[in-house]
Amino acid sequence: MFDEGEGEPRMPQPLTALIPRLREICGDDGVITDRTRRRTYESDGLTYHASTPGVVVLPTTTDQVAAVVRLCADAGVPFVPRGAGTGLSAGALPHSEGVLIVTSRMRRILEIDVANERAVVQPGVANLEVTRAAAPHGYYYAPDPSSQQVCSVGGNIAENSGGAHCLKYGFTVNHVLGLEIVTPQGEVVRLGGKAADAPGYDLLGAFVGSEGTLGIATEITVRLLRAPQKVRTLLAAFETMDAGGAAVSAIISAGVLPAAVEMMDALSIEAAEAAVACDYPPGAGAVLIVELDGPAADVDAQFERATRLCRESGAFEVRTADDAAERARIWKGRKSAFAAVGRISPAYIVQDGVVPRTALPDVLRRIAELSAASGIRVANVFHAGDGNLHPLVLFDDAEPGASERAAEVSGRILDLCIEHGGSITGEHGVGVDKACQMPEMFSPADLETMDLFRSAFDPAGIANPEKLLPTPRLCGERPGVRKGVHPLVAEGAAEQF
Amino acid sequence: MTQDETITTPLAEELGAGGAQVREGTPGDAVGGRVPRYVARPPDTAAAQALLAAAHRRGLATVVRGNGTASDWGAPPRRCDLVLETAALTGIEHAAGDLVVRVGAGTPLADLQAELAASGQRLTLDPLVAGGTVGGAVATGLSGPRRLLHGPLRDLIIGMTAVRADGVAASSGGRVVKNVAGYDLGKLHTGALGTLGLITSVTFRLHPLPEALRTVSAGAPNPETAQRWTHAVLGSGAVPAAVELDWPETGPLTLRVLLEGAEGGIDARARAVAELMEGSGISEGAPAQWGALPGAAGDTLLKAAVPIGQVAEAARLLHEAAQDQGTTAAVAGSAGAGVLLAALPASAGAASVNGVVRRVRAAVEGGVTVARPAPALADAELDLWGEVPGLELMRAVKLRFDPRGLLAPGRGPGGI
Repeated sequence: MFDEGEGEPRMPQPLTALIPRLREICGDDGVITDRTRRRTYESDGLTYHASTPGVVVLPTTTDQVAAVVRLCADAGVPFVPRGAGTGLSAGALPHSEGVLIVTSRMRRILEIDVANERAVVQPGVANLEVTRAAAPHGYYYAPDPSSQQVCSVGGNIAENSGGAHCLKYGFTVNHVLGLEIVTPQGEVVRLGGKAADAPGYDLLGAFVGSEGTLGIATEITVRLLRAPQKVRTLLAAFETMDAGGAAVSAIISAGVLPAAVEMMDALSIEAAEAAVACDYPPGAGAVLIVELDGPAADVDAQFERATRLCRESGAFEVRTADDAAERARIWKGRKSAFAAVGRISPAYIVQDGVVPRTALPDVLRRIAELSAASGIRVANVFHAGDGNLHPLVLFDDAEPGASERAAEVSGRILDLCIEHGGSITGEHGVGVDKACQMPEMFSPADLETMDLFRSAFDPAGIANPEKLLPTPRLCGERPGVRKGVHPLVAEGAAEQF
Repeated sequence: MTQDETITTPLAEELGAGGAQVREGTPGDAVGGRVPRYVARPPDTAAAQALLAAAHRRGLATVVRGNGTASDWGAPPRRCDLVLETAALTGIEHAAGDLVVRVGAGTPLADLQAELAASGQRLTLDPLVAGGTVGGAVATGLSGPRRLLHGPLRDLIIGMTAVRADGVAASSGGRVVKNVAGYDLGKLHTGALGTLGLITSVTFRLHPLPEALRTVSAGAPNPETAQRWTHAVLGSGAVPAAVELDWPETGPLTLRVLLEGAEGGIDARARAVAELMEGSGISEGAPAQWGALPGAAGDTLLKAAVPIGQVAEAARLLHEAAQDQGTTAAVAGSAGAGVLLAALPASAGAASVNGVVRRVRAAVEGGVTVARPAPALADAELDLWGEVPGLELMRAVKLRFDPRGLLAPGRGPGGI
């Protein structure tokens, strides 16, 4: 049962001792020890970080999660939470000597409460299932990450997921009212509920986006929104990215707040065309997709304005969609862009960085220069309304040195984001992938303070360790990053209360 | 300088060593009846850090004050040795094209709004308490009517710098709206009443000033009708910016729906909403006194945050429980977001206040707290918080950020 293949580390001793207890808690079919089956969990959506989990558990209830975590806490064994495994920062990278707690069997929608405009769900429920359950009542769940068909609400909590429509509707944190969590000590705590403004510190708000380092959400209460009266979408084609960027600025400056503003450059249009024949206007150096939703009268007034501003900014063609089928045609190319790039390049890196919207033209020019200088092609697909770039860095992994050069270009793009006052991640999270870049954005004091907060929840450091914050093991010795208890507590100067 | 001389150096001099102006406290500086020994005004963040570090070394209980308009919110601090004034921590860096502003905590909110308005923008935070500073508004964490559409105050904050009790300044978030790098520590400081650190600057996301405003108002015969109207308006897809209930001590209850949007569509939207509320009228703009706190300064102010389907019950119970306790309640707040405020006159004693909050707590979900006790009740045995879920974790956070318990001790949740 504990067969370990060649070259594969044996299951560590502290873990093997836990197996019988884990089976008692989760049942025989809720504990995976088989090496081959464990290996199917070795990475999340960011596959170049991989590590076989020590053991995998598939709990079905909050009590089971709590019992597993208590067991880990008592034994000093690390645990890593995992939802659907669609994350793109290796936030769910397993610990080879730890327990991987997978929420995929906790997928009941517990309540659609129309009177209070709330849904209560278990963490393994797929994002889109919430909207499907609410739709018959005329409501929906707003956060819509591109993986929404499969990604879990629990994973969305961990990553504070966004989506194409977060320009207007915000991120997961803006739509979560209540959580039941299992703390890293194995205690079950409720934060918030169906009412807003839970008394006391906003731990709920800080928990969302904490990447599994503060515990595991086992029950989630979200806000449901009334489906908009009207949705209208336009696609505008420009000769240059600069012209498209000018249109975005003009729309936002005019006080129009679209639900989504997406932009693609010539290379990503070419890829999308090759993959799904999206039939975007030929000769476009940039296409812009603008979607407006809301009260019908308001949408119509704003839509005319957005269309006019696109034309004034140099759009040579503007197409409009007023029903779901036409809208799907416009979105087809954009939604397929990431996968489509696979058609024109053997391999690619998806980057996730943010710049202030006004810095977009400059940063895009700099990326083009970087691409030209390095010979590495970069396709740009991005959420233009909020400055969230997703450059696709293309390379041929069969070519010696190409992946290193691509990684170099990808890293330089993040440097550009930081130089322009932006962020190293807009929606994919820090995870393992960007932990070592945190010091480029935050000072040692900032990081130390974040670590203090983490240790308030997890003094033993067993919840998803080596994620989100840089550690010496991961990034080499860096000043100012400290682990463990506050020095004042350690020296006895402060009281525990 | 010998060790002895250091110790005998006047405390004021040590507090001011980093550049803060220090003076002796006067009765006018009292917080919850505690007159501080010193009042200090740091000119910048570095001086504030030095000041807090010195206070920390010396074990001085420190209370932060903006313009003092909310000094009576929350429980009075158990001790107050030093009042730290943020008045000089001002400054506005407005990136109009990015709809973002970074602002010093001591900046008056009205100054900020005036500057933003000149660019056709606003921070979507209704001024509930006139004359307050940005830092005070954030520390108090109270959101006004427009929270319904634009989110509570915490959702508008994208970055923050705060100084810990030990004088270390730490930032989180950033200058872009979309950003998931690191823990969002700004959430913790928002509404923490200065118990986790000194907020020195805040970066907000902004909204364009709406082109057109309409208010649809109607008198409701009872709170149940107001709740039914609210549900109908929210469910109609009209997307109101605010749905406010106003129920004075005596007299009729009014429901007001605020619409914001494009000039071209606003009248049609207003008419559609008006049809859902019997006997309603439409007016241009927002009503005067929009979002002002119910009651008068010096009243005890309660906050009831409940599921929106329990707004009517909470409003009715606040009225009835106040009457049963021999007092009255003026109730106002967001029927759409489920957050009500109730003012009990200053004459209501601790037993009455406790009686009201406990009765409402027992009947509705959510949180019912005493947000601002009347001055006479500063030292009374008030049940301010009720049960606070997650209190042990909050204590753990406080212990990390303020291990000696020096920042407004006792003012935090559950008396932290």
